[in-house]
Amino acid sequence: MTETEVKQVVEQLLKKIAPDTEPANLQPDDDIRHTLEIDSFDALQFVVALDEHFGIDTPEEDYGKITTLRNLVNYIMQKTSEPGYHK
Amino acid sequence: MIEFNMPSLGADMEAGTLREWLVKPGDKVKRGDIIAIVETQKGLIDIEVFEEGFINRLLIKEDEKVPVGTLMALIADGKEEAIKPALPILEKEAVKEKVIEKITPVTIPRTVKASPLARRIAVEKGIDLTTIKGTGEGGVITKEDVEKAIAPKELLPAEKKPTATENIRMAVAAAMSKSNREIPHYYLQTKIDMSHALAWLAEANKTRTIKQRLLPVVLLIKAVAKALTEVPELNGYWQNGFQQKSDINIGFAISLRTGGVMIPAIHNADKKTPDELMQALNDIIPRTRAMKLKSSELSESTITITSLGEGNVELVYGVIYPPQVALVGFGCIMEQPWTEHGMLDVRPAITVTLAADHRATDGTTGSRLLMAINNHLQKPDML
Repeated sequence: MTETEVKQVVEQLLKKIAPDTEPANLQPDDDIRHTLEIDSFDALQFVVALDEHFGIDTPEEDYGKITTLRNLVNYIMQKTSEPGYHK
Repeated sequence: MIEFNMPSLGADMEAGTLREWLVKPGDKVKRGDIIAIVETQKGLIDIEVFEEGFINRLLIKEDEKVPVGTLMALIADGKEEAIKPALPILEKEAVKEKVIEKITPVTIPRTVKASPLARRIAVEKGIDLTTIKGTGEGGVITKEDVEKAIAPKELLPAEKKPTATENIRMAVAAAMSKSNREIPHYYLQTKIDMSHALAWLAEANKTRTIKQRLLPVVLLIKAVAKALTEVPELNGYWQNGFQQKSDINIGFAISLRTGGVMIPAIHNADKKTPDELMQALNDIIPRTRAMKLKSSELSESTITITSLGEGNVELVYGVIYPPQVALVGFGCIMEQPWTEHGMLDVRPAITVTLAADHRATDGTTGSRLLMAINNHLQKPDML
């Protein structure tokens, strides 16, 4: 999966969580939750959606690594390229 | 015979529009069954019945708007003789929401000079051609003339139906105005060390799948519910004096993404485990945001909790949701300097506030509640 594809999926999932926003306008270093006004409940739903879509496991201590679009995409790219990753 | 009335789904509700009956005369109903869908400012609400019996008569027609308390149906509770045959819905005078547009048939006098196409459009649209000045050859009314006459008519603002967002705004406005007008609030606040609660939560979440993970707010809800078992004077309604409630139903303020707040009830929160409370939130938050709630969820809260979540806002002074007598507000959890036993430390802390009705309680009662909430949050494994 390319970086662009991952970014597109992330934007689609964010749009589902926050339908009144334009995730496509997010800048790479914007704080996602702050910019799109996502509360802790919706943030959890978003992580659930990410894990289900990409078949990854995001432990709670990694929440700090996925605050912006840039580091979230990097995180997913890294998780999905780990040895033993099977979607 | 049991009377089933238009329920009050909050202090702000004056009337509701019956959108659909889900039962018909002769149907058996039991406690908790949803028998009707009523439209209020808070969306389409599933209306539950709290009695057991057979539907005898439906007295309100679909799409009728009636004030709170209006008799909507009669339910036979079995104490009467055999169920009477189904009766048609009674004709009643009520506010009809649907306005049927009246179309007056138009006849065009032969003396009016107009093109055939102009005549046809005029008849279709209900335009009186005798009022139009023709601009065609010899004063003949053309298609353009008719269209000009139609345009302003169609541009007239149709009776504007308020959007869901506007409705919610008005509902919040009504409830909060009532609260500010009638309830003499007093406020208390204290800071709570959240390090034990968060440490417990981090451990607990390690063993849970992501879908089962708990949010800090469930511990806050549980701590308030347990504290209320010790200070029940703050759990109830002010309606001609204080009425204490035995069930602890926490109204949890949920902000809607498009603006406005809804406060559905989490029933018997003191008896639910943190996992059950998380399930309740997983159920109720999406339904609230979709405006798909049940009548009991909108009308049975006995106290409200508002939690600012994460966002660096330290504290909230709440406005009580009438007829309740208290609201507990939580700011966000933030690292703060903390002194204990003469030592300075940095801890995750939360500021909790209580807004309470001074008609029902005094500051000493309020203080006991905040102290009890603090105590419970220091022993998260007992929650």
